[in-house]
Amino acid sequence: MAPALCANCKTERALIKRPKNHAKLCKGCFIKLFEDEVHHTITSSQLFYPGEKVAIGASGGKDSTVLASVLKTLNERHGYGLELVLLSIDEGIKGYRDDSLETVKRNAVQYGMPLKVVGYDELYGWTMDQVVEAIGKKGNCTYCGVFRRQALDRGAKMLGIKHVVTGHNADDVAETVLMNLLRGDLARLSRSTSIVTGDSRSEVKRSKPLKYAYEKEIVLYAHYKKLDYFSTECIYSPEAFRGSARGLVKQLERIRPTAILDIVRSGEDMARLVPGETSSSCACKGQTSAVMALAEDDIGGCGSQTGRARGDEMAAMDKQLRENEAHEGLEIDVAKAMAKNQKDGGQKHRELPLRSGDGPSKGFARQVLRNCKRCGYMSSQEICQACMLLEGLNKNRAQIQI
Amino acid sequence: MSDTIPITVDFAGGLEKLFGDQRRHSVSLPARDSNGRPANVAFLADYLCKNLMTDPRTDQLLEDKHIRPGILVLINDADWELEGEEAYEIQPNDNILFVTTLHGG
Repeated sequence: MAPALCANCKTERALIKRPKNHAKLCKGCFIKLFEDEVHHTITSSQLFYPGEKVAIGASGGKDSTVLASVLKTLNERHGYGLELVLLSIDEGIKGYRDDSLETVKRNAVQYGMPLKVVGYDELYGWTMDQVVEAIGKKGNCTYCGVFRRQALDRGAKMLGIKHVVTGHNADDVAETVLMNLLRGDLARLSRSTSIVTGDSRSEVKRSKPLKYAYEKEIVLYAHYKKLDYFSTECIYSPEAFRGSARGLVKQLERIRPTAILDIVRSGEDMARLVPGETSSSCACKGQTSAVMALAEDDIGGCGSQTGRARGDEMAAMDKQLRENEAHEGLEIDVAKAMAKNQKDGGQKHRELPLRSGDGPSKGFARQVLRNCKRCGYMSSQEICQACMLLEGLNKNRAQIQI
Repeated sequence: MSDTIPITVDFAGGLEKLFGDQRRHSVSLPARDSNGRPANVAFLADYLCKNLMTDPRTDQLLEDKHIRPGILVLINDADWELEGEEAYEIQPNDNILFVTTLHGG
């Protein structure tokens, strides 16, 4: 088979077949196009403003390493004027995070970026190793995910930074869309697709500049640029549901590579159909701003990809399973439910098939943002998830000490 | 026939952990499979699982006898999708890289 030439420069030998459009590219053109596309995502979504201080959530893994490398390149090439900082979370898992933190330390030198490491132990008084010792391996992802989400925000606050970027890629988003679809959680589905979470009301905003980048291309970019990244699996149990969704996404990709971006786009389109969510043009009425996507619904929890449990996912799932049982026999279509709502007026709308959250229901799920009474962190509950989990842990610890 | 093809095989992205934590391996691959057909990538993957993998979890590399979706293969630094994927016939001194996208950081 004669080697194909690059579709872009038509001189070099093609080395990559792009999943999104089957284009065959040489190494140089692939790297340039990949960077151009991330630049396009950044400018079209107006992710940054000149002079902004931005923390890169850095795990030492491929996604965050590529993100740091690309952002450094684009910041210099296009004069974004960003002040970039690496922010790493040390969950306190011996033999897992130690090595990846070493990678992040090398990245800090390679990219000339300051590095801040915040540990679960200093933030919460618990390392994940201690949590697992107390509660066992089952369900520990819930703790890790909830703690991590806050840890990134708290780390950013310590640095006086209001914007954290994460390395979530198109495959991650597709995975999350599928998971929410499989759970029937349309409200969360719509939030999970937004590129920015958090708005002026929240203290730290999150964004995903690699949202449209295929994982395959991220790995190839890291390979061809010879980036220094670390891969490992969390030594504690990965989350089975996300693992299955992930497997499904990869199988679909093998058969039809465009499927991944198609799922992302479908997720975005469905988001527009969910009233009171990101698509809503009315930010003034609801307690939740229209463009707001709760940071706590952001994807990504556990550092491992296959086990990348969003901490609240399992808790939410458990809760939902219970709710679903309670709602048994109430499987009705939305149109009927809406009509019924209108008739019932002020009645409780428990029978609505759209579900999630405990906020005041207006027929569709709404979450009211407030500050946790204990730690002040933004939360949809009186006491935030982290403080609830900590309360349980600390009770446990007190008992053990007695 | 006992002909073998000398090649190098690399593992990355976490797959190296299945192969004694070693990234690069020199392999003398039988030139033909048990049916006498020239060795291709599918045969190589099966051969690696049977002969080189130090971890019992062969399902990390093979799923239903095929290379697991989510694992990228580079043949002499080129995307295997440009080279015929599992049907690519291994040539002497080829470098085959298996890199997984499934592991995190």
